[in-house]
Parts: sequence; structure tokens; C-alpha cells
Amino acid sequence: MLNVLELQKKLVAAALPSGFEHKVADVISEIVKPYVDEVYVDALGNVIAHKKGPGKKIMMPAHMDTIGFMATYIDDKGFIRVTNIGGISAVNMVATPVRFENGVKGIMQIEGKADLASAARNAVAMSNMFIDIGAKSKEEAEKLVDIGMVAVFDTETKVIFNDHLVSPYCDDLICCVSLILAMEQLKDVEPVNDLYYVFSTQEEVGLRGAITSAYHIDPDFGIALDVCPVGDTPAISVPMVVALGKGPTVKIKDASVICHPKAVEFLRKAAKANDIPYQNELLLAGGTDTAAIQKTRGGVIAGCISVPTRYIHSPQEMVAISDVENAAKLLAAAVCQEIDF
Amino acid sequence: MKELLKKLTDLDGLAGYEDEVREFIENEIKDHVDEMFTDPMGNLYAFKKGAKRREKKLLVSAHMDEVGFLVHSITEDGMLKLSQVGGIDPRVLVGRRMKAGHKKVNGIISIKAIHLTTPEERKVAPQLASLYVDIGSSSKKQTEEYVRVGDPVYFNSDFIEFGDNRIKAKAIDDRLGCAMMIEIIKGDIEYDTWFGFSVQEEIGIRGARVLGNRVNPDISLVLEGTTAADLPNVAVHAQACAQGKGGVISLIDGKTVYDREIREPILKKADEEGIKWQYKTAGTGANDNGAIHIAKDGCMAFGLSAPLRYIHSAANVLYWPDAEEMLKMAKLFIKESGAL
Repeated sequence: MLNVLELQKKLVAAALPSGFEHKVADVISEIVKPYVDEVYVDALGNVIAHKKGPGKKIMMPAHMDTIGFMATYIDDKGFIRVTNIGGISAVNMVATPVRFENGVKGIMQIEGKADLASAARNAVAMSNMFIDIGAKSKEEAEKLVDIGMVAVFDTETKVIFNDHLVSPYCDDLICCVSLILAMEQLKDVEPVNDLYYVFSTQEEVGLRGAITSAYHIDPDFGIALDVCPVGDTPAISVPMVVALGKGPTVKIKDASVICHPKAVEFLRKAAKANDIPYQNELLLAGGTDTAAIQKTRGGVIAGCISVPTRYIHSPQEMVAISDVENAAKLLAAAVCQEIDF
Repeated sequence: MKELLKKLTDLDGLAGYEDEVREFIENEIKDHVDEMFTDPMGNLYAFKKGAKRREKKLLVSAHMDEVGFLVHSITEDGMLKLSQVGGIDPRVLVGRRMKAGHKKVNGIISIKAIHLTTPEERKVAPQLASLYVDIGSSSKKQTEEYVRVGDPVYFNSDFIEFGDNRIKAKAIDDRLGCAMMIEIIKGDIEYDTWFGFSVQEEIGIRGARVLGNRVNPDISLVLEGTTAADLPNVAVHAQACAQGKGGVISLIDGKTVYDREIREPILKKADEEGIKWQYKTAGTGANDNGAIHIAKDGCMAFGLSAPLRYIHSAANVLYWPDAEEMLKMAKLFIKESGAL
């Protein structure tokens, strides 16, 4: 069986922010080729892996883009100004190690005295932050970084106590891992349905890859895989029942979608029949590819399986490996069911 | 093209009320295109055959609409209260000359006199709710002979050339893009191209959605105006773009991540030909690409804008040589993208 940590490391090494998914797309295409009949890439860069089957068309996206930065300006001293790609909380970024797409490393820092206390006193915004790559001048920096180049968090992927995995970009690479595990499980299974595994692009900037790939696939049913926040850390402001290690969630709603009750029931049925632990997810904020699928063409019934994740959109997100594996099991079990809607 | 820009900025076309602008454009281009039609939203489509066929369908577009106001009520003493259409900074409104209603009567945006304000009111910028348009009427009844609730209200702002090659007018955003397309359509083009004059960009790129669905292009080129904040007291890294540096190339904005694989070869070619261009160094804003590139199964996007000062006000300011460089870039794009 494929290993969660190894897969996540492979994907993290190749992943880039929204709009720049080509590298990780190549890595994923190579991995999933043996599990499907065909793999292709569309105009927005989505990787579409199709395992042909007789039943209904099911689209299963996990997004392979990350949040990150794009260089917009290099000053006389070689400091690089950036714009954010996707939802970045600036306060999380102070002192974050970053890596440009060409491997150039640096740290994100804030104007003025570089500590969190003064950062908290000032308005912490991307507009007063910059990346220091160690260059002494504009000329030196320009040799390494071009305007328009993108950068990602350069933090470690590792397993800590209790099989918790700490990594940048669990959102949503860890769900790409789950999707790949599910594909592996279904490799030699005679498909009940017509399966479209999609590694989607530009989710973090507005579900854009899912919008176009769903139009293209024209599915009968959609199940997205994404991360969801948890309520099991100290003094969480919005109460939430979801906890790490208690199984993947079956999404009921988030800010972008109310999952069709038939989709929720379909996933719960698979979990119960196969003794897979699951939690109910009611998320007040956030959105997922499910929302894009639901509104495609004449409308599509769609649901979502989430991997509970702590510290989402920070440089060090945390998941339980068992939840990642159970998300894969749940998806694989679900799509082997006949769809009667 | 300057004459075209003057004529186009003299016309009025609030989002949803683009008829005047569209009729003008139709007359300008009808003898130079192979196919032309409009859709129920009011977008204007034109197809022009080139010397060669292209493998990837190109849609070049610019929006016809402008920011402005609708009359939402008329006071008992005949003043117009306004509802905003598109993003307008209320700080630039007081004292502006306006054209109100379909009869386009003169008016002035006014506010109560300073001696009637409280100290608190003097500390903050007046909001739209406290402003009104005075059309010189003595009563509601008199006003209603000229202007009805729901009528558009426009900035009354002449096209003026001033200073070093600068032009001031309203709605250079995005009549410049329209003028550029007319100019291109009137000439010869190397490859078959679709042109789209869109509606309702300023209120959420609404026309472009339909435009994208109907044309379903492989490549989208949007010609726009974008904010140049090359002004005193603005840090260089926050200026987004500057006048005098040529057309502004989009990297990323609020609705689109622009495709590097199409951008880089074009810019390389532009450098070889000595065409001036600059990057937009801010990730904010959006243009019609935001809808077009995710229409149906998606397409590649390229954004080319003119650096405009005081955009979305009565006085957009353009540095004319930037428009010339932008036109060269647009022509180059139409030519080079045909071979992709």
C-alpha cells in the first residue's frame, strides 16, 4: 500500500500556488496512470483521470493548488514584495520560511522591528511584508527571482506523536493523497460507476478548476475531498464538534454549499456498511469544489468528504494519518455503491 | 484612434444602458467585419476573417459600460438622490457637473453648506446618502418632467488634452479598449479573430460571462484600463503601475491567474520589437477575463491594460504614448497568438 508520509512529501515538493499546478500535475499523473484507463490535462490544468465503468458518472475532485505568494516588486536593497495567492492570514506569515518555484529560499518578514509583538501593534497586512532572500542589492535579487515568480511555504513534512502528520499544504495535498489511496484500492475492482478522479486547480482562488472540469465532465454525482477545520484546539472561537483522529467527515454544509441530503446519506451508508468511522461536519466558513460541481450546467447532486485539519492555511497544518486513510476507504466504498438518484 | 476615443468618451453608457455606445461601435465596424450580432444582454459580437485560420480561437474584448449613478428618489424640492452603479469613491463627487436622465439635463452634485455641518460631519468624507444632484428645478413635479426615478446620471466631463501628452475624460476605462478594437477591426488582421464589446463589467463582469459562453474561446485577450497610483506619497511597491511605461500586463488579480505559457513568448517578442510594457505589481482588481477564462471548459487568459490615473472618477487621465504602446502590443498578440 502507498505510504501517506512519502506521498505527501512527494506532492509538497512539487506543489505551487493556484495557476501554477503543472509540476505537481506531472507528478500526480505519473503516480495515478496505472489506476485508470486514461489521464489528461485540460485548459485550466486540471488532471482528469478516468476509470471507465457502466454506472453513473461520478466526479471526485481534490485540489492540487496551494496558497502562496507571487513576487510583484524588488526594491533597491533586494527585498521582494509579494501579493498573496489565496487566503493568507498575514499574522501567520511573520518569520515563515518560503521557497520560490526555482528553489530560491527566503523568509517572510514585516516592516519595522521583526517580532510578533510589534507586528501585532502595527497593521499586519501583506502590503507591509516582504521576502528576504539574502540578496544585497536589486541586481543580485533579480538574478534569482523574476517578477511573477511564485513562492510557497518552505516548512517540513513530518510525523509526530500519535501518528499525527505535520506539513504545509495538508490543504489540500493530503486529500490528493487520500484520492490516490482510494484509486489504488479500486485498481483491480470492477467499477460499478464511471469514475472521474480530478486533481483540480485554482480552488484557493475561487474553485476555478472545478468549475471548468465539472462543465467538461458533466457528472451525475460529485464527491469532493477537502480539509475541514476542527473544534478540538484551545479557545476556538467558533464551536465545532469535529476532532482529529475520529474519522473523516461527511460534510452537511459550509459557506459555499449545502450538500444534497441524498449525497450525505449516500456517504453515511457507505461508512456504516464498512465500519469506517466518520464525523458530521457543519462548517460555518470556507468553501469547496463541491459548490462548483453542484451549480454545473443544470445542477448536480454533490457531497464532500473532509479530512479534519488543525491550523489550516498556516505553514504547519496537522492531520491524523488514520483520518487520511479512512477518507480514502470511505470514498472507495462509497463509489462502489449503486446510485439510485 | 484619439479621435475615436474622444467620440466614445463623449457618449454615455452606464452599466445596463450601453445602447448609445453599442450603436456607435456597430456603425463604425459594420463594413469591416464578416459577422456581427448582439445577445439579449447587449453584448456586441464581431467576427473578422484574417489572412489565415488559427488553431486556437481568440476572443479580444473590452467593455462598453462605465461607472455612474441611477436616480433612486426625487426629493419634495426636486433634488435627485443617487444610487451608485460600479465602484466610485464618494470623496471625489462633491461639486461635480452631471448629466441627468435620458434628456441629459445639467446638474451639480451638492451637499449642505459647511456652516450647517457638525464638527463630526466635517471630519469624515461625505457619503453618497448625504449628497444630491441639483438640476435647477424648483419642485418635484418640475424635476419629473425631465428626470424619472431609475434614470441614469452621468459625469459631465469633456475630453481634454493637457500637459505632457495627457488626456482627461470620463470613461476612458474602458472606451479606450473599445477604440483600440475598432482601430484593429478597421485594419487588416493576420488571423481570424472574434471581438466582443461587453456590457456590465463595472458591476461584476456580468456581460462577459455570456460572451465567454457564446464564443467559447481557447484564448482570451482583454483590453482594459487599470489604476496607476504613481502619485506623491504612494510607496513605489504599492503603485501597481505607472504612466509612461507602456501597456500593463496582468500577472494575477482578484479573478484570474494569467497563463505564463502564453504571456512569456508574447513579451519576448514585444521586447524584440521594442514595444514598451510593464507588469501590474498588485494582485487586486479584476476584468472580464475573470468570467471568460472559466466559461464552459475554460481557456487561457492575457490581460493588457492602460495605466490610468483617477480611474472611476469624472476625470480619468491617460498618457497618450501608453495607449500607442498598448495598441502595438494588442496587434502583436493577435498576430503571435495565431501561430500557437
